[in-house]
Amino acid sequence: MTDIAIIDYGMGNLRSVSKALEHVAPKATVVITSDPAVVRQASRVVFPGQGAMPNCMHEMDSRGLRDAVIHAAANKPFLGICLGLQMLFETSEEGNVKGLGILPGKVRRFPAAAAMHNADGQKLKVPHMGWNQVHQAIDHPLWHGINNDARFYFVHSYYVDASNPEPVAAYSFYPFQFTCAVARDNIFAVQFHPEKSHSAGLTLLGNFVQWEPATTN
Amino acid sequence: MGLAKRIIPCLDVTNGRVVKGVNFVALRDAGDPVEIARRYDEQGADELTFLDITASSDNRDIILRIIEEVAAQVFIPLTVGGGVREVGDVRRLLNAGADKVSINTSAIQNPQLVADAAGHYGSQCIVVAIDAKKVSGMGPDTNRWEVFTHGGRRATGLDAVEWAVKMQSLGAGEILLTSMDRDGTHNGFDLGLTRTVSDALDIPVIASGGVGNLQHLVDGVIQGHAEAVLAASIFHYSEYNIRQAKEYMAQHGIEVRL
Repeated sequence: MTDIAIIDYGMGNLRSVSKALEHVAPKATVVITSDPAVVRQASRVVFPGQGAMPNCMHEMDSRGLRDAVIHAAANKPFLGICLGLQMLFETSEEGNVKGLGILPGKVRRFPAAAAMHNADGQKLKVPHMGWNQVHQAIDHPLWHGINNDARFYFVHSYYVDASNPEPVAAYSFYPFQFTCAVARDNIFAVQFHPEKSHSAGLTLLGNFVQWEPATTN
Repeated sequence: MGLAKRIIPCLDVTNGRVVKGVNFVALRDAGDPVEIARRYDEQGADELTFLDITASSDNRDIILRIIEEVAAQVFIPLTVGGGVREVGDVRRLLNAGADKVSINTSAIQNPQLVADAAGHYGSQCIVVAIDAKKVSGMGPDTNRWEVFTHGGRRATGLDAVEWAVKMQSLGAGEILLTSMDRDGTHNGFDLGLTRTVSDALDIPVIASGGVGNLQHLVDGVIQGHAEAVLAASIFHYSEYNIRQAKEYMAQHGIEVRL
């Protein structure tokens, strides 16, 4: 019996996510898997992702994982990380690819660095890389024990532009406001990397492994 | 309110130990890498960079074991460089627990490696390290820096700014920029180099080489326009800890993660 399945579709390094989950849930069985059957049997699912969204969608489909991802997102505690947040939305400007369409909205690219400046007039680089503040928009079990405006580690060039504010769980500024976390029913998904975000990130992952969302579907 | 500037302690590792030299020579032992990594993490380091400076390829596996051990207990981004020659080396380091891999000499010998590695694993995990030295120019073009390899001993003929722009276009996600004139001197970053390269790029630049006090870190960000500052010896020998460095930067108006 797998407690936590980390979905592996060949995009990026999943070792950090796995190590951090083992750290916060030492008794749980944590597996990195590309087997849809294992994903279906798991009690909790983590959906990570790095790199370019068209490649991510392609690799997910080539492993026959799409249905298992959709099933997990509809039925059990589900944590999307980075591309695993972006892929939940309808479309992305990155290669004009379609996402899973589970949440309404688009994924857009940050403007070129030359077009973005901070208050001191310094150019803002893309990717948005480093520790930024996360403003919690709602109360949620995954925020428990985490200060509002705590810093998490980000690295991304595209951001989520949610069509409606209802699922937005947190936002950040670079320099404009963008959605950095969403929550709906059993889904929680974040743009930042909790597995690389020191104590705030470990607290969030610890909250996830204990989270019992109200049953849906 | 926004993105913090990063402080990155750098651990030069050889034969399983952290060492530090002046201008890449006269190495001095600074301790056990796992213990030092844990200490910097507790002090609030934003990332850690490990450079494997082992001369012989026989001992390359030592760094993999060190990264595995660090990654199991330190949950901040880890960058590893040194001896990365092919995509397989990138894969081994990522699998050991590195989040980013730094490519230096091999990028010069084979620029396609940067494109291939970024294509496989994403730009976010590919750092290109550039070691630059000021070269005396003639006429109006007096501020010129050239890319060097082999610890600053071998000139490449490449202009550092042009090289950085090329690396960005091939898919580098970040540039680790070291002034070989300043490395180990404690005289501060080469701010002209840092600012010129940073202003020419869309991707972040990590300033490196020459930090001797906390004001140098502030200068690297404010005058050098660096997104992150890297230092080794001022932290290794406990002249300052990371927390003090961040408080000093915050007092000088720089947004940091405290």
